[in-house]
Amino acid sequence: MLGKLSLSAIPLDVPILVGTFLGVAVIGLAVLGAVTYYGKWGYLWRNWLTTVDHKRLAVMYIILAIVMLFRGFADAIMMRTQLALAYKGNPGYLPPHHYDQIFSAHGTIMIFFMAMAFMTGLMNLVVPLQIGARDVAFPFLNSLSFYMTLVGALLINISLFIGEFAQCGWLVYPPLSEMQFSPGVGVDYYIWAVQISGVGTLLTGVNFFTTIVKMRAPGMGWMQMPVFTWTAFCTTVLIMVSFPVLTVTLALLSLDRYLGMHFFTNDAGGNVMLYLSMIWTWGHPEVYILVIPAFGVFSEVTATFSQKPLFGYKTMVYATCSIMVLSFVVWVHHFFTMGAGANVNTFFGIMTMIIAVPTGVKIFNWLFTMYKGRVEFTAPMHWTLGFMITFSIGGMTGVMMAMPAADWILHNSLFLIAHFHNVIIGGVYFGYIAGMGFWFPKAFGFKLNEAWGKRAFWCWFVGFYLAFIPLYVLGLEGMTRRMNHYDNPDWYPWMLVAEVGAIVIACGIVCQLTQLYVSIRDRNLPENLDLTGDPWNGRTLEWSISSPPPAYNFAVIPDIHGLDTFHTEKQLGRQAHGKPLAPIHMPKNTSAGVFIGLFSFILGFASIWYIWWLAAIGLIGIVATMILRSADRDVDYYVPVSEIEHNEEVYSRRIAAAQAAE
Amino acid sequence: MAHEATMSPLAHADDHHGEHHESPNVFGFWLYLMTDCVLFGSIFAAFAVLRNQYAGGPSGKELFDLTNVGIETAILLFSSITYGFASLNALAKNKKMVLLWLAVTFVLGLSFVGLELNEFSSMIAEGNGPDRSAFLSAFFTLVGTHGLHVTCGLIWMAVLMVQMMGPQDLSERMMNKLACLSLFWHFLDIVWICVFSFVYLAGVM
Repeated sequence: MLGKLSLSAIPLDVPILVGTFLGVAVIGLAVLGAVTYYGKWGYLWRNWLTTVDHKRLAVMYIILAIVMLFRGFADAIMMRTQLALAYKGNPGYLPPHHYDQIFSAHGTIMIFFMAMAFMTGLMNLVVPLQIGARDVAFPFLNSLSFYMTLVGALLINISLFIGEFAQCGWLVYPPLSEMQFSPGVGVDYYIWAVQISGVGTLLTGVNFFTTIVKMRAPGMGWMQMPVFTWTAFCTTVLIMVSFPVLTVTLALLSLDRYLGMHFFTNDAGGNVMLYLSMIWTWGHPEVYILVIPAFGVFSEVTATFSQKPLFGYKTMVYATCSIMVLSFVVWVHHFFTMGAGANVNTFFGIMTMIIAVPTGVKIFNWLFTMYKGRVEFTAPMHWTLGFMITFSIGGMTGVMMAMPAADWILHNSLFLIAHFHNVIIGGVYFGYIAGMGFWFPKAFGFKLNEAWGKRAFWCWFVGFYLAFIPLYVLGLEGMTRRMNHYDNPDWYPWMLVAEVGAIVIACGIVCQLTQLYVSIRDRNLPENLDLTGDPWNGRTLEWSISSPPPAYNFAVIPDIHGLDTFHTEKQLGRQAHGKPLAPIHMPKNTSAGVFIGLFSFILGFASIWYIWWLAAIGLIGIVATMILRSADRDVDYYVPVSEIEHNEEVYSRRIAAAQAAE
Repeated sequence: MAHEATMSPLAHADDHHGEHHESPNVFGFWLYLMTDCVLFGSIFAAFAVLRNQYAGGPSGKELFDLTNVGIETAILLFSSITYGFASLNALAKNKKMVLLWLAVTFVLGLSFVGLELNEFSSMIAEGNGPDRSAFLSAFFTLVGTHGLHVTCGLIWMAVLMVQMMGPQDLSERMMNKLACLSLFWHFLDIVWICVFSFVYLAGVM
């Protein structure tokens, strides 16, 4: 009746997990209690959970990403602490079974549920606003994508308290992840969490590609598109080409596990290296899916805060597109040691090094944008400068590892760990946080606190170097990744330094939370309020409307005459558009996404535990909800002109108030 | 399958201005099909790697019955033609004929799935199931994924037929749905031609 599920699946014998569970339960009940106490369930349901508004979905994505950052970071600091202790006679406090789950969960959560969710959130918030659209092409699909991501995140976190998580790394390489060696439910949790959220990501890709191709404001040709939109566009292409490969790879692994097939088994003709090739065909483009939008953020931030147009807009676009293409022809560098032969490895090594060229072009573009600009050293600009230094170092160690001969020594060592944290923290994370600070006023109508933002930056920046430079050294000293215990006295001091680094990063996260708290507390102070909708003297269309924007974004769709039209017009003196207002056609909110998410959760959870009747209910529920949704004819409404006029009037009064204050 | 449910109201956002905008739905569906193409491509690649890994079990030559596969192929290709007739009648706003041709297509699709299931079950009964060898794992997965797509297409078709008899009639929204299903159905035909050539024909030759 309950498949593999029984009371023994709940790890009551692990005090860390029981403590975590109690913590999560208390916080969860407190949140639910607060919502009930203030009578906000109806508001939450109508205005947030069932919303199809890209701006609100963006907020929910980013909240999810921040929560997942805590989870992923808790894993990280636990690992660092284990390795600061587990030297010689001391076994540390994490037994291998638990430690292995932690490093697997850390990678999976940080990539799929922190970084991907954050990236999708930023894209959701910014892309429609930058191209002058009223929403994305498929608003309902957008809501569905969010719930797919959420369900994946829920499944992976439930594995903490019911059953176990995978113990074979964040990409669950076979044969270790096959039934023979991982008979538990851990790998199944991984598979279902990633598969379900992967479907959501794929739909996001299709959705935003269509939005960017079809819904740009009149006059906005390809070369008038803001750089962030360009990077989002390249990312959607990468998503559409690479995510189906991930889906297939994990599906084949599940067939091995559930139906006893032989794709990646050691026996009956299976081929383990097929898995590696396939997973990295997705996996390498994936890192560019994450970092390309971050490049877009840096471009917007640098141009805005240097008060200059971006240097070399066209080269920036071409560089982004070349990175997009090249990212598909480098995947073998993840397993040079496979023994594909000198010719194959040489090809992939050279291709990998070539990627450094367009990336270098970008770095110079940002530097030249700042050159002779009046640079305002805001918190987003701090993250950008920190990125330029950190990412360049990470890129250079990447080029080192692109040499197959060097890679044979560095493969799977801590040098590799240092390298990819160098580019992912220094590139992706710094970028997303810069983006969050930059666009926060657009989403909420008030700015984030600068002082706490800079403190957070310095903690992250210093903490990063303390935590990861030692790992480069350790890698060169021969320490491999995923070790639970070691005896080498040379490694011990470096491990202690890395632990200190992790603690400094923890301070950075505390600063970020404080920043959010302080900013919300002081949101009504005149210097924090964003009355004009254009707090940074911005260049692109999202700054031409009020903060937060109305549901329909633009009362009148603007006409575009060139790059940074909004900025040009500002300098010429803001001109009234003079177009008559018309009723605006908008999509209605829908609960279909919530229900499909709910049934996907049931399907995933039941399949993990082999509860087949429940899985059938989940599947039927998904199909039934989709059919009901497709029969629903009440999916849209018109915003009347009176309401638009009212909103416009409020906005002009706010602008007038801001001008009077100056 | 998911994509019938995605009719964006923005698709006709500007209808009241009397302008005609190409529906983003059909464009979006094209994109989805391209991702589906990558999906099939990956499974084909896995099949190409594993096609000679018999693990002492039977090869394609011993297993495949080209007559049966030939009939399946004929049925599926013919169902594309009948869907084409349905599309033509939809453009002519002839609902009865649309329903009739869709019903014919549905029956053909159903027989295709039936024949395929029959082939699978007889192979499994003889002990040559997907767990026998890597080659058979890849074979069942590739052909089965196509079969699963056809099954989804059939469910979709049935839903559209019922909806068409209701208030949606042959509205613009329904025409978009029919266009998407049409793309899907013809796409599955093309995939099948690849399956037929690279799996069955190449396996027997």
